[in-house]
Amino acid sequence: MGAFLVKRLMFAVVTLFAVLTLVFIVVRIVPGDPALVILGDQADAQAIAALQKRLGIDRPLFEQYVSFLAGALRGDWGTSLVTGRPVLVEVMAVLPWTLELTAVSLVLGAVIGVPLGAWAAINRNRMPDYFTRILSLIGLSFPPFVSAILLLIGFALALRWFPVISSNRGTPWEWFQSIALPAVNLGLIMAAYITRVTRSAMLEVMQEDYVRTARAKGVPWRVIVWRHALRNALIPVVTIVGLYLSILIGNSVLTEIVFNRPGLGKLIIGALSQRDYMMLQGMMVIYTLIVVVVNMLTDIVYAVVDPRVKLA
Amino acid sequence: MSGSIHEASAAPVPRHRWLRTTIRAFNANKTSWLGLVVFVIVVLLAIFAPWISPHDPLEQDVFSKLKPPFDNYYLGTDYYGRDILSRLLYGAQISLVIGIASTVVALVIGSAIGIVAGWYGGRLDIVVMQTMDMLLAFPSLILGLILVAMLGPSVTNIIIAIAVTSIPSFARIARAPTIAIKEREFIDAGRSLGFSDTRLMLRHVLPNIFPEILVMGSLWLASAIRTEASLAFVGLGVKPPIPTWGGMIREGFENILDSYWLVLAPSIAILVVVFALNILGDGLRDAIDPKLKGER
Repeated sequence: MGAFLVKRLMFAVVTLFAVLTLVFIVVRIVPGDPALVILGDQADAQAIAALQKRLGIDRPLFEQYVSFLAGALRGDWGTSLVTGRPVLVEVMAVLPWTLELTAVSLVLGAVIGVPLGAWAAINRNRMPDYFTRILSLIGLSFPPFVSAILLLIGFALALRWFPVISSNRGTPWEWFQSIALPAVNLGLIMAAYITRVTRSAMLEVMQEDYVRTARAKGVPWRVIVWRHALRNALIPVVTIVGLYLSILIGNSVLTEIVFNRPGLGKLIIGALSQRDYMMLQGMMVIYTLIVVVVNMLTDIVYAVVDPRVKLA
Repeated sequence: MSGSIHEASAAPVPRHRWLRTTIRAFNANKTSWLGLVVFVIVVLLAIFAPWISPHDPLEQDVFSKLKPPFDNYYLGTDYYGRDILSRLLYGAQISLVIGIASTVVALVIGSAIGIVAGWYGGRLDIVVMQTMDMLLAFPSLILGLILVAMLGPSVTNIIIAIAVTSIPSFARIARAPTIAIKEREFIDAGRSLGFSDTRLMLRHVLPNIFPEILVMGSLWLASAIRTEASLAFVGLGVKPPIPTWGGMIREGFENILDSYWLVLAPSIAILVVVFALNILGDGLRDAIDPKLKGER
């Protein structure tokens, strides 16, 4: 186990390093001089030179790269070109909002998706199966902002159950109102993915020898499904859900925009529209960190839960 | 004719087998036909948009702004007094062009990477596939957003950005069957006849793995259309006043409190197309590879 952890950690470090390099390159393939883009055509040469100095882009590329990597690791991600505050401070201010939304959506998705997928699998090629498959395909077809807008029209505008803009969260009820629609939006899409993975994992497991053995020795059907099959089927589901987290994070950007909810998504869209390159670079670093850490955790959970995983 | 007797004996699989496989797959899963028919209708509507649109999509009728549906204009008008139905039809062109072009680019590059990695194996395979996995792990929508923002929102750049985000998936889908096929006898036979690696990969591996790639293509086309709409919704789409579905939703969203139909029509359009492509690809995948059933 120890060797596995070390190996996995090494891989995470290499991945992080590679993606940080990619981020560095992506930010620098901007056509034209960022300083010129930020200041506009009216700027004089002096102002451009000053900004270039501030951005550090007057230095040789390799030097920039080293200081970017060192900074990224120390948590020094530069300062926002728009607000002048450190990128890390800006990110940390909204990170809890996004994490809260993602966590609630993921739980919602699992609570809906896992039973639905199992139900479909044990009723393969019968009505419940067709029903869940169509339902999950519809879920997969929704661009997240479209479903968000439809929820907004239905529950906030027509039924008036929720406020259209909600960032008041003093009482538990207000908190519920602020998170309900965004979480339902992301949770339902997540549920569609989880249903499909659970279904195919269940189908695979139901064909295993131990399920046949359990049936042969007269174990009640219910026990076979829940204890023998579903438990084993959940192992691959955990891994794939870990991978889906990047989809969830992407979708949260659009959801935050529609529901006007603070978070990383609104921050990144703001940074994009204001051409805040330092902020963008920092945002990509934080997204990379989240993805690398989550992938590593999923792999470790996988190894812990399933003793059959080769630790080599 | 290049189909010499050697080649026929080297490859037991006749050319265009994938076409027959595909048709058989369609018949095995009837919902695929439904998906295909709906998609073809949308393609035709987009192609014939200039002839069937009741109005010019850019023409502004300043005296009928924000008209509700069925009042002179079938689907109403937007804030600038433009006909929503016409904009919807023209918007389909942008969605389809960007969706299809980015999927084709990603399919070609991704499959090439996957086949080469699978064929040669070894260190090349490890390095290439690790890189693909890293790209895959990064939230694709965010990568797309950043690329478009950096490159500028033109049709070409949007196509590039969406293609980049889907190349890793095609590489993965092409690699696995390549590894299985390169061990088959007909490849050995081809080798002993002195065929080059390039020839073996293009003429003998590719046709055999094409069904899988094609299925992936239809599913990624759905995804690409969704991504294009999402980019347009956050303001990184083709520049206005050119109508795009995502852009129409973006503009309509500003008037959502009193004119909800502005966002409803393009929303339904996106849903119908993406859903049609999804049932098309899903059904085909079931038929071609039952083991993959339901996974994504």
